[in-house]
Amino acid sequence: MNPTIAAYGLLAEFAGPAALLDAAKAAHGAGYRRLEAYSPMPIEGLVEALESADGRLPRLALIGAIIGGAGTFALQWFSATADYPFNVGGRTPAWPGLIPSTFEMTVLGAVLAIFFGALLRSRLPRLYHPVFNDAGFAAASSDRFFLCIEAADPQFDAQRTRDFLEHLQPLRVSVVES
Amino acid sequence: MSSVAPDEAVLPGAHTYDSISEKICGIVLTARTARWWVISFAACSVLTLIFFGSIGYLFYKGVGIWGLNVPVVWAFDITNYVWWIAIAMSGTFISAALHLTRQPWGASISRFAEAMTVFALAIAGMFPILHLGRPWFFYWLTPYPNMMSLWPQWRSPLVWDFFAILAYLLLSLMFWYLGLIPDFATLRDRARARGAQVIYGLLALGWRGEARHWQRRQSAQLLLAGLAVPLVVSVHSVVGLDFATGNTPGWHSTIFPPFFVAGAMFSGFAMAMTIVILLRRAFDLGEFITDRHLDNLAKLILAMGLVLAYSYVMEIFMAWYSADRYEIYTALNRMRGPYAPVYWALIFCVVIVPQALWSRRVRRAPWVLFGISILINVGMWLERFMLIVTSEHRDFLPSAWGMFYPTVWDWAILIGSIGFFGWLLLLFVRFVPLISMAEMRELLTHQRGAS
Repeated sequence: MNPTIAAYGLLAEFAGPAALLDAAKAAHGAGYRRLEAYSPMPIEGLVEALESADGRLPRLALIGAIIGGAGTFALQWFSATADYPFNVGGRTPAWPGLIPSTFEMTVLGAVLAIFFGALLRSRLPRLYHPVFNDAGFAAASSDRFFLCIEAADPQFDAQRTRDFLEHLQPLRVSVVES
Repeated sequence: MSSVAPDEAVLPGAHTYDSISEKICGIVLTARTARWWVISFAACSVLTLIFFGSIGYLFYKGVGIWGLNVPVVWAFDITNYVWWIAIAMSGTFISAALHLTRQPWGASISRFAEAMTVFALAIAGMFPILHLGRPWFFYWLTPYPNMMSLWPQWRSPLVWDFFAILAYLLLSLMFWYLGLIPDFATLRDRARARGAQVIYGLLALGWRGEARHWQRRQSAQLLLAGLAVPLVVSVHSVVGLDFATGNTPGWHSTIFPPFFVAGAMFSGFAMAMTIVILLRRAFDLGEFITDRHLDNLAKLILAMGLVLAYSYVMEIFMAWYSADRYEIYTALNRMRGPYAPVYWALIFCVVIVPQALWSRRVRRAPWVLFGISILINVGMWLERFMLIVTSEHRDFLPSAWGMFYPTVWDWAILIGSIGFFGWLLLLFVRFVPLISMAEMRELLTHQRGAS
């Protein structure tokens, strides 16, 4: 099979986090944009090197919090004043009594937005991905560090990209089939 | 890593990324199950059956099978509820607060502390339902469009409690699961058996360790931790308000919410200590959970114990200062009434015993700590029993006074719930990595970088 046609990309394997970070910086510096780094734990500065940081979660959390809080307060207010006014010993509904439930649901709204935001923005769950085709990729969850340059990158060229990755001194470079 | 004393690293030993995975995955992926695990699992299974059997009989027969009566309408059921929810409190708090304050020693204990939270909370959440006369109507607490055109009573702390537990349970589960996903991926990649590969593969959701996935996960964990801390405080404050809004002497006090929060942290830390010592011994994890972890946990217990001791003193002081004869009577009745042995036993367990933790030698002796943590948990159960029952059994009118004596069903459900907790924990330690491998690898990177 000709790797230039069916390949998803080229995968370089590194032994440590510092090597991966340097390689990511070099690849990004060389103009590659469709590239991704894989590691068994978060590495400081890696997303910055790849310029792939996602700063949306706090905003999503805020939206979730507002929906949860405002929705719960509005529901209680509507029920207590319009739909079912309830007078206990002359004590008509007052807003402070509605705050505890509102607070709890504000937090819950934010929590749901954060959890599902983090997963869905990462396009997870996704059980299949081309990088899993690489036989050695299982080590990416244990003790190996990978940099993958996708064939879809405008600068990608089977030979030149391979040469570029080789000069970063990885443990190996291999073709990821798609 | 400025907070780590140079003489004592959080992760000693010559570990590599691979040896960390090997050690922690080895506990889960081995085909051989340890003998102690099988024996304890069998014992906990029996207790679990007793628990659910008793619940079945309770649903069939009604709350009359307990020793409840008219002055004492809340006893073991609500005692168990408050006790379990307090144990649940510290788990997420430990991992969230240590995460937010960047304490490296939190990494190895946060995983099972979170598991402890999820399990204890699930059990705690059952008790309010069990204590209802008609438990099959518990869903009336939710605001949903219904043909009775009824709404929950929004001003009731019992309704607040429903929302608080719901929010806390979901947050704890998501916080826990988000931490687990990369570890499930490691298990998926290291498993040899097909079944394990498929199950852990599904649980890992296809995690592959992309840089931006890590970044989102970190961002999400930070946000969830930040939300968990105030939520935890609110949940137990609401539990305190369940009592404080009643006008029963001994309950009707503004100190209850903070007092309950302190008590919850205290008993939760103690339960974490109990479990950490057992796990450390059972799986030979001394290199991940060091004496320093125990020492720090002991200091937290001591600090919370002092807050709690202060609350006890303030309770007595406020009863006297209120000049309310019913409050004064309740305070005195606790000390010399029919339940006085419970009161003095709890003062011994909760106020006196933890003072041993001032000694560094005690804080470094796992089995002494184990004994102290068990006594604290017993004491905290007694404390809730004392707070609940002594306040109810003698309120305003002597003609309405009464006594509560537990029946066999009270005991069966208490002991059964402990067995069920153990049952869940045993399943957890056998099938889920009990220390976060990703965080251990990060710790290792930092230590290598520092040295």
